[in-house]
Amino acid sequence: ADIISTVEFNYTGDLLATGDKGGRVVIFQREQETKSRPLSRGEYNVYSTFQSHEPEFDYLKSLEIEEKINKIRWLPQQNAAHFLLSTNDKTIKLWKISERDKRAEGYNLKDEDGRLREPCRVTELRVPTLKPMDLMVEASPRRTFANAHTYHINSISVNSDYATYLSADDLRINLWHLEVTNRSFNIVDIKPANMEELTEVITAAEFHPHHCNVFVYSSSKGTIRLCDMRSSALCDQHSKFFEEPEDPSSRSFFSEIISSISDVKFSHSGRYMMTRDYLSVKVWDLNMENRPVETYQVHEYLRSKLCSLYENDCIFDKFECCWNGSDSTIMTGSYNNFFRTFERSTLRDTTLEASRESSKPRAILKPRKVCTTGKRKKDEITVDSLDFNKKILHTAWHPAENIIAVAATNNLYLFQEKVN
Amino acid sequence: DSQEKDKGISLERAEEAKLKAKYPNLGQKPGGSDFLMKRLQKGQKYFDSGDYNMAKAKMKNKQLPSAGPDKNLVTGDHIPTPQDLPQRKSSLVTSKLAG
Repeated sequence: ADIISTVEFNYTGDLLATGDKGGRVVIFQREQETKSRPLSRGEYNVYSTFQSHEPEFDYLKSLEIEEKINKIRWLPQQNAAHFLLSTNDKTIKLWKISERDKRAEGYNLKDEDGRLREPCRVTELRVPTLKPMDLMVEASPRRTFANAHTYHINSISVNSDYATYLSADDLRINLWHLEVTNRSFNIVDIKPANMEELTEVITAAEFHPHHCNVFVYSSSKGTIRLCDMRSSALCDQHSKFFEEPEDPSSRSFFSEIISSISDVKFSHSGRYMMTRDYLSVKVWDLNMENRPVETYQVHEYLRSKLCSLYENDCIFDKFECCWNGSDSTIMTGSYNNFFRTFERSTLRDTTLEASRESSKPRAILKPRKVCTTGKRKKDEITVDSLDFNKKILHTAWHPAENIIAVAATNNLYLFQEKVN
Repeated sequence: DSQEKDKGISLERAEEAKLKAKYPNLGQKPGGSDFLMKRLQKGQKYFDSGDYNMAKAKMKNKQLPSAGPDKNLVTGDHIPTPQDLPQRKSSLVTSKLAG
């Protein structure tokens, strides 16, 4: 199995899609509760697997284009089929996933195995009838949105109008219509005239969940810009600029690197947004630009390890974050296969581990603790014994229930709130 | 709270000193253009279209007999580095120029 690079529930939470480094998409479907198997409610099983992207070479620039799926975003369901957008560094694809449970039998001109019948043997008219067959789930590419990004795509976001979506790379953001593949509109361009003057890049972008004219994008300098597409066609001028002020005397070599925002997510309510930087998660009120309203430390103990984290490149790891359905709790990943949840009203935080040893099916997860002082208590883990290769970068929360999906390298874990 | 912040800053500065001690030539601009440019250039490879196409053909056509033990077959998968290439066997026929 390959390294999972993205995890996303659909709008109802019945489907969960994962993308991996090998360009494959695997979709899981939630089992329906049945009288014969009451305990299987909540289990997710494989529904469809397909190869979304293949590795490519840009011959002109001598660039390898990885097939790794950077992001998957579902479209809201409008008919029996399911649609999702998946993207690698350069190309976005719209996939249709549909079920087939009937097939036509008794064709007039063809045999059952598809061979054409000899015309002289056709003596009477035969009308095909539909017969049930074993359920088959097919994935077919419906649109390919290519050649619009010079740099690497980091985000895609479906608009609340369900007709357009945006794609963002390091320096530009494009607006697409889901029906049109040969044209996209550039709505943000931060490429400087002289590349020597480059000081920041776009790290993530998302449309507002309700206002189809509003989107935000975050930068490597720890700032977020909110743009309104009604104000101008090219949104280089932001409508709002979110930045936490920093005392210039407290800067270090690492300040900018660890302030780089790796993910930005609007709350379901649309009133708040959450940003993830290297050491913390911040919740911002869209009405207040000068500082976040809440800050949660994810793994503050890493501050004393920044030198080695820079040397092994871990300081550049891009962690994602997510809200639960009611926006009461937020979740993000850490190292050693740990992930953290923060309850906003009670300020209660929990550290859990996604690993085979600590997760037997149906067993309750034991909270973990990292020892930050010299004296290690039983069951605590010291900072030095953390495995920095076991990183949880991608997590997702079911839109309505307390079910979470956690990607730990090449394994997918699904955890559920204990139901009595 | 500001005491915590001071502690945090001094931890960062201590880490910065460690890093500068190891890499004295580290760029003056913290997290500046150099690292951004490197990020933008991810995926740059000098590739040989011949090698690439041979590798593709090898994957598609698994029935083809392999040219030899795999560790000797370095071309076609990636750009060989000096460590990858097998040692050149000495010629059976010694050069008449030698000696």
